[in-house]
Amino acid sequence: MNLNELTLTQAMAGLKNKEFTAVDLTKSCLARIRERNPEINAFITVCEETALTEAEMADEMFAKQENKLFTGIPFAVKDAICTKGVRSTGAAKILDNYVPPFDATVIKKLRDQGAVLLGKNNCDTFGHGASNENSMYGPVRNPIDLSKVAGGSSGGSAAAVADHQCIFAIAEDTGGSIREPASFCGIVGLRPSYGRNSRYGIMPMASSLDVVGPMTKTVEDMALVMGSMAGIDEKDATTVPDAVPDYAVMLNNKVEGLRIGVPKEYFEVDGLSDEVKVRVEEKINILRSQGFTIKEVSLPYTKYAVAVYYILVPSEDSSNLARLDGIRYGKRITDGDLYNLYAMSRQAGFPEEVKRRILIGTYALSAGYYDAYYKKAQQVRTLIKQDFDKVFTEVDVLLAPTFPSTAFGVGEKINDVMAMYLSDILLVPSAIAGVPSISMPAGNSVSGLPIGLQIIGPRMKEEVVLNLANHLFKN
Amino acid sequence: MITKEDVQKIARLARVEITPEEEGRMVETISQVLGYMDILREVDTSQVKITSQVTGLHDIVREDIPIKSEITKELREQMPEVYAEELVVPGVFNDK
Repeated sequence: MNLNELTLTQAMAGLKNKEFTAVDLTKSCLARIRERNPEINAFITVCEETALTEAEMADEMFAKQENKLFTGIPFAVKDAICTKGVRSTGAAKILDNYVPPFDATVIKKLRDQGAVLLGKNNCDTFGHGASNENSMYGPVRNPIDLSKVAGGSSGGSAAAVADHQCIFAIAEDTGGSIREPASFCGIVGLRPSYGRNSRYGIMPMASSLDVVGPMTKTVEDMALVMGSMAGIDEKDATTVPDAVPDYAVMLNNKVEGLRIGVPKEYFEVDGLSDEVKVRVEEKINILRSQGFTIKEVSLPYTKYAVAVYYILVPSEDSSNLARLDGIRYGKRITDGDLYNLYAMSRQAGFPEEVKRRILIGTYALSAGYYDAYYKKAQQVRTLIKQDFDKVFTEVDVLLAPTFPSTAFGVGEKINDVMAMYLSDILLVPSAIAGVPSISMPAGNSVSGLPIGLQIIGPRMKEEVVLNLANHLFKN
Repeated sequence: MITKEDVQKIARLARVEITPEEEGRMVETISQVLGYMDILREVDTSQVKITSQVTGLHDIVREDIPIKSEITKELREQMPEVYAEELVVPGVFNDK
């Protein structure tokens, strides 16, 4: 087995037991990136030199017994997350030359624990997409089948983890951007509760929905990374003060007695493939045979979630993206007066999907339309949230498919904007309610493509979600 | 539902130039998306309060204390145009 193929837990043990060095491990990941990036395109920037320097320092720390939790572990970060001294483009040309002078809080926490930064993962520009085809640095291909998309928006992160180009990755999820690519690539991806992890240093998309979370090879790895990332941050006023549980220890809590809800609306969505349905139902049957209480439940406002989502997101997007104007940082195109500087810098620096969202958002927030769109969406959001509040009085967690299908073909859906938006139906309700949801592998299709299932829990109950996911993962 | 003129107007308001090819696609796709939003009209929200965020946190404030930035040099390095250590911007009031 090559070192890059190790899980986080295995790599941590190997380093600790001096079976190999951090330099060996980092070199192994870098070699894999070099071999595969021309085809898969999971990385926009690879920090070969600094990664090796960081790995050498890690080995010194081991020698001096000053090693910390993740000393010498090579990881990758979505390019929409700021990394100190390492170019962070958000997959947009307007930030092609942007080098942040600071680390996002979650990245700083992981680097403080000794993790080695390998590079920055390709994604849909600023997270706008579900196929990673809206990147200005080219699409990411699925490592399991190169003719398929890796999913989006965190497609590069999912592909890098699945293809063993890194040990784990950090990404961002607004309405499925961690979970859908995790499902398409056959790995584990967690969307934590809104407010659990700091977003300071994450390029904002829709501030009332954005969260940052890990993408890992196993649930055990997920618990370890989450434990290090989570917690209040004075630089992000939306982080909650709740104590961070020891997720890794709590993985071994008893799962028996958990009441599992199966939301009927999630099994009735248009386009749900039989294979996906069958695989997820198999898992449900296994749990039933193990004595878990399985209960069909209803989330009646599910069908309105996509409409709510695609009002809230472009509206908040259009406001957030106003900061990218070619004035203080990023690429400036000077062409006449100030208006032209803004308009031309943004024309050249944003892909079409970003412009579309800015236009939809500007329209939805404009005088005369605000009540009909943004306010209405925020009201229906209340009802969607209440769906979850109510259902979690009846059951402890929900289990459903992550996405209606397996990974689709590169180019297959790119021209059908509405179809692409609608396919987010199983992912956006939980995001709107701000509850945690994990996607994990549920087997493969006949053609060998991964199928994902998601476990959704009540707000701030990551440990319960992880607990059940680990139980399923190990069986 | 949305016209070429609407698209041009909001693009100008949003300070984003779009190409003529993009313009056609924007009219078509934005009309589709806005048309789909009509589904929300089915929902009676006359008695429903808005949810703008779900944490329940409110009035998160801190003292407004000036601190000396330690990264001014790095910030300046990110500026597109610098003169005498200051950011250069086009005049605001000499717009054509």
